[in-house]
Amino acid sequence: MASYGRRWDALYAWLDERLDLTAIGKIAQKKDVPVHRHTIWYYLGGMTLFLFVVQVCTGMLLLIYYRPSADEAYESVQFLMAEVQFGWLVRSIHAWSANLMIFTLFIHLFSVLFMRAYRPPRELTWVTGMGLLGVALAFGFTGYLLPWNELAYFATRVGTEIVGVFPVVGGFLLRVARGGEDVTGATLTRFYAVHVAFLPLLTTAILGLHLYLVQKLGMSVPPRVEREGGPAGRMKFVPDFLMRDLVGWLIALALLAALAAFIPAELGTKADPFAPAPAGIKPEWYFMFMFQTLKYLPAHIMGIEGDVVGILGFGLAGLVVLLLPFLDRRTARGEKSPLVTWLAIAAIVFIIVLTYLGYTMSPTA
Amino acid sequence: MRRRRAGSVAASIVAIGLAGVCGPPVLRGQAPAEDNCRVCHAALGDPRLTPPVEAFATDVHSARGLGCADCHGGDPSVAGMEGMDPRKGFVGRPSKRRSIDLCGRCHSDATYMRQFNPSLRVDQVAEYRTSVHGQRLLQRGDTAVAACANCHPAHSIKPAVDPTSSVNPLNVSTTCGACHASAEHMRAYGIPTDQKAKYERSIHWEAMSVRRDLSAPTCNDCHGNHGAAPPGVSSVGNVCGQCHSVQAAYFGGSRHADTFQMIGAPGCATCHNNHEILASQDGMLGVGEGAVCGNCHSPDDPGGVVATALRQAVDTLRWSLDSAAAILTRAERAGMEVSQAQFDLDAVITELVSARAAIHSFALDSVRPIVDEGLAATDTAFVRGRRALADLRFRRTGLAVSVLIILALVAGLSLKIRNLRQARAGVSHGGNHG
Amino acid sequence: MAENQSAPPVASRRRFVDWLLGTSVGGLVAAVVYPAARYVVPPASAESAASSVTLPFSPGDVEPNTGRIFKFGSQPGILVRLASGEFRAFSAKCTHLGCIVQYRADLSQIWCACHNGHFDLNGHNVEGPPPAPLPDFEVNVRGDQIVVSRGA
Repeated sequence: MASYGRRWDALYAWLDERLDLTAIGKIAQKKDVPVHRHTIWYYLGGMTLFLFVVQVCTGMLLLIYYRPSADEAYESVQFLMAEVQFGWLVRSIHAWSANLMIFTLFIHLFSVLFMRAYRPPRELTWVTGMGLLGVALAFGFTGYLLPWNELAYFATRVGTEIVGVFPVVGGFLLRVARGGEDVTGATLTRFYAVHVAFLPLLTTAILGLHLYLVQKLGMSVPPRVEREGGPAGRMKFVPDFLMRDLVGWLIALALLAALAAFIPAELGTKADPFAPAPAGIKPEWYFMFMFQTLKYLPAHIMGIEGDVVGILGFGLAGLVVLLLPFLDRRTARGEKSPLVTWLAIAAIVFIIVLTYLGYTMSPTA
Repeated sequence: MRRRRAGSVAASIVAIGLAGVCGPPVLRGQAPAEDNCRVCHAALGDPRLTPPVEAFATDVHSARGLGCADCHGGDPSVAGMEGMDPRKGFVGRPSKRRSIDLCGRCHSDATYMRQFNPSLRVDQVAEYRTSVHGQRLLQRGDTAVAACANCHPAHSIKPAVDPTSSVNPLNVSTTCGACHASAEHMRAYGIPTDQKAKYERSIHWEAMSVRRDLSAPTCNDCHGNHGAAPPGVSSVGNVCGQCHSVQAAYFGGSRHADTFQMIGAPGCATCHNNHEILASQDGMLGVGEGAVCGNCHSPDDPGGVVATALRQAVDTLRWSLDSAAAILTRAERAGMEVSQAQFDLDAVITELVSARAAIHSFALDSVRPIVDEGLAATDTAFVRGRRALADLRFRRTGLAVSVLIILALVAGLSLKIRNLRQARAGVSHGGNHG
Repeated sequence: MAENQSAPPVASRRRFVDWLLGTSVGGLVAAVVYPAARYVVPPASAESAASSVTLPFSPGDVEPNTGRIFKFGSQPGILVRLASGEFRAFSAKCTHLGCIVQYRADLSQIWCACHNGHFDLNGHNVEGPPPAPLPDFEVNVRGDQIVVSRGA
């Protein structure tokens, strides 16, 4: 035991001379987390990060066998599922972790919102976080097409069709998104490039900024807690908070493994651009509420096409959420802002109801 | 076929007189420098005289350089009515009876036909004389029957390979049906007129019209074209067996062959119908609802028992094949590697098809071995499918192990967290701890 | 506080917890590294069989004027070696009703026993019920290997 300790110390000293580990260690030791009844929500950001790391690792493994061409993509995924050892596991974890990550991301977003953590000085943290939301949804949308199966092909057709609804630039955006007029092998290659290169680089940049800001500005304490006299105490990040983080991450890992084993990722049939669209095309669940809303809008609203109104409406809503720190003057001043709370609750209810309807309403309704 | 009135007065007087006089044209189908017949008749604008000229441009004879006078006689170099000179061989519009000899003048002459199409047959007229149409026309003078120009429209004759030809396989049933599907026309003969309608519901017509398989049979393939007559009751099997050789061989060796002959049943058509031959289904076997064996056999007579057993054998094989395929597909969709099993199962289709053909022996001894071979293969596939799905269960074992490890780690961490908390609480209370 | 009595149990408890942590971390690392390692090692069939297959026998095993059934993915194929030594490959599923065809050396044709269908050595349906020719494959002999692939 003692000799190991001495060797470890020697190694540490060698690295410390070059990397100034002591300074980093001091910062880590200083970092602490306020403890109050809402502390549990602090774990969600880290959880999302963990799931993202899982995505990166499984994604890299998938890259070894995946082939990004319309002729070979489906077969390569089939090969991966059937012949590669634990290929089914890597792919299933990748698929489930994507869903779980976006789920925790949404909970993280709403918890930050309810706790008003976006108020000054943390406006940029919120903005970069919204950037990460956009990146995550883009990851989901581009990744979904990659197996080039029937469901993905038609979901992408519908999804990119909606992009084309934007006034003025819609057609141009659609062609850029699809790599042509229709969803073809060109779309696949383009989505692949975005999914494995563009978005990871973007994530690195935005995430780096986001984490730096969190580190620099520390954890925000909800105004409610502050009004009641502040947090009960502070928990050291290392090792206390981190170990609790780890427990959460391990449970998430176990959940992923269980989902992968009991509900492995499906493949379905290969995409056939000339086959008629199957009934009941659905987007991934995180897009479902928007998709279903568009279905309910009438064909024309005050002379403008219903779809355009819907898209612009969602765009506007997204913009409001993005600019929330700057729009919520009351919270910035330190006052209560029940409007924000109620709007957020309304949004959550809307999302849940529309998602539910999307899955239960028959396709012809 | 449209205007079946008697020929013009001039033609009938002159034609009979000139029957058989003229031989084939001496010239090798060289159209004269001016074909005045064509010129004049085209200019007339008469609904009876002009259309033939217009149609003739599409005729195969016209393409070979033959003109009006080569069939109708007369002198095409002379303008005006003088060209229609009986002394120059003019026959005008020939009667139905006369037309046979007129066409046969060239078409039965092998030496002559060799100049144009050496592979074309030259026995059409001889065949025609043996046909029902020929016999009724020549022996009984019935002019309502078909002769050359009924099926080969006189001025727009095209070879059978031409899709617009009246004798192209796709059009033959319409050509025959022009008379045979007309209740009015066939009233005097007392034969049914539903053959065309029935044929168009058949699998042969579907093969031809939908799947464009022109080798499928139409009227002339079973009835003959120039020597058209229904095959005798005992020859139906031979006719069907031209294409369906495997089933015909089985049938010929079966007990039904002699029995059907004895009772005068028309061979294959007894169960499969003659014109309305539908796609065969397994449901035709046996003595149940919709099964043809039940038309003669009762469930407990020896034949009925065999029929039921045959049906059961085929059904079992089909069901086995379907369920084995289903389980393999399920395993494949779940990500298991089953391509070898699927490949081996594919071969069972051969057994199923062979078994269905062997049914025509009406003997279990021919069918059982094939079915048993197929069942052995489906059983193997089933086993492999089950094994593949069982491998899925292996995943769950792996999962259980992983989850246990994770839970142990979680327990360890939780304990550690508690220890740390206690340690800190102890320190804040003062006192030493070992 | 009875510190003396509590010291040994606390120490042993801490040792147990440390041991538990260490062992389970080791177990977790193994449980993650093992599948990843197996995954990275390429499987027996290096590529998916969707577009090309290397046959499990060598050219020398196939006599002239014989045919052999092989597996192309999950579909049957027939490899024919002509009398001249040339290799040809076709789908072995008869285009009539899907029976597996065979090679008839006496006819130098591919034959389907189900309904007496005949295909010539170009895969064309020449006799009997099959309505269409057998789809053909590209055959390449690479040294001691026969590689059959779907044509471009």
